[in-house]
Amino acid sequence: MKMAVFLGCTVPVRNLSYELSAKRVAGELGLELVDIPEFSCCGYPIKSVHHETAYLLAARNLALAEERGLDICTLCSACTSVLTEVSYELATNEALLDATSETLGMLGKKYSGKVRVKHFVRVLYEDVGLKSIERAIKRPLDMFRIASHYGCHYLKPSKIYDRFDHPEAPESLDRLVSATGAFAVDYRTKKDCCGGAILGVDEETALSMARAKLDDISDRGADAINLICPFCSVMYGANQRKIAANHNVKYDLPILYYPQILGLAMGISHEELGLMQNPIRPRALLAKIS
Amino acid sequence: MESVRKKDVPVVTVLDPKFKYEVAREPGGENIKYCFQCGTCTSGCKVAELDSKYNPRKIIKMVILGMRERVLSGDFIWLCATCYTCHERCPQDVRIPEVMNALKNIAVREGYIHPAFRAQAELIAGHGRLYEIDELANEKRTDWGLTEIPQGCPEVAEIYGITGLFDLLSREVGGKT
Repeated sequence: MKMAVFLGCTVPVRNLSYELSAKRVAGELGLELVDIPEFSCCGYPIKSVHHETAYLLAARNLALAEERGLDICTLCSACTSVLTEVSYELATNEALLDATSETLGMLGKKYSGKVRVKHFVRVLYEDVGLKSIERAIKRPLDMFRIASHYGCHYLKPSKIYDRFDHPEAPESLDRLVSATGAFAVDYRTKKDCCGGAILGVDEETALSMARAKLDDISDRGADAINLICPFCSVMYGANQRKIAANHNVKYDLPILYYPQILGLAMGISHEELGLMQNPIRPRALLAKIS
Repeated sequence: MESVRKKDVPVVTVLDPKFKYEVAREPGGENIKYCFQCGTCTSGCKVAELDSKYNPRKIIKMVILGMRERVLSGDFIWLCATCYTCHERCPQDVRIPEVMNALKNIAVREGYIHPAFRAQAELIAGHGRLYEIDELANEKRTDWGLTEIPQGCPEVAEIYGITGLFDLLSREVGGKT
């Protein structure tokens, strides 16, 4: 299976360990990820400001994948959101497709509505499949308790994601964690948003949203949070110390990207998965394996 | 009670009864008139739980009443975290996060863009992405065995030019460029 990997803005500059581990694990599982250097911002941050521009940015990216005959595999959930939405709208609204194609023509691009978009983890869940993943496990992580954060745009709006997982009772990430042998920790605030989208508008509220989940997951005795989005990583990883200081609490909760968890279970070294480059170094966690 | 009245009861002369139609014509705003004010959106909203400034049910009612200036000039429309929880649950399929986007798009045209979003839009115009890919970033990528990424993407600015977004970003309150 071959797909174009859409890195977005944040991952290739600030979350290299996510990109590295995803590409490493994909290679082992027979999923070929092709880089397209001309990809730009997905369009998500512009949707609030100017709908048409956001749609054109997304459509241009879809067109670049279509030129190469590839579907898109995303790492960031916000990219997943706008690319899936525009792919869905252009596949179902002929008038919009015509208008969009006409404008893309001014840039020497064309798009006929064929590209499908899936988050990397959804590709693992649906296309690689849990059985293949279980077969690839060489070092079951049964010493770990891991709490998964689904975030929002991996699942919702569920209509444009073909309802591949239930938005009110999601299980794909927990099943993927269980497949590695780790214990999938259930917790009350599992479905809650990280708050990342309003960090620049109301920092206090955004950080309080993130705090509620950090508190909950810590209380449940998890060794780590499983993340699949770089924005969620900003909230739970990069801002974890700030939240702890602001609220006078203490956390020892490393964040891991799912492909890092899977990679460890597949027997890949933590260096090759960039674990020590994560916002919070998972020293205690790694000591548990060795 | 007197002060509450003064603050919350709209003066009839500033209402724009056509505002709801304007919102309904905007991409994302199409279903606003279906709202029957059940409050499912606000009751499940994590932002509303922490910050009383953000109340999606109330914002929709204000639009339907025609409180155009209050809605478009307010910070509160920028507080939707786009988590889509209300979108999934709304029994009338109002698509609230999309309605908030429609309102923000109109607000931008009226010169009320939130500074954080203006900053993002300008960064993306300049670099083609939110974070600049400079030589240092590419050196690090190469060290990690990852492919280099071109610095900048001029087609993004071309798209801004085609859609008129550059002009919108320089608008002042009142919609003047």
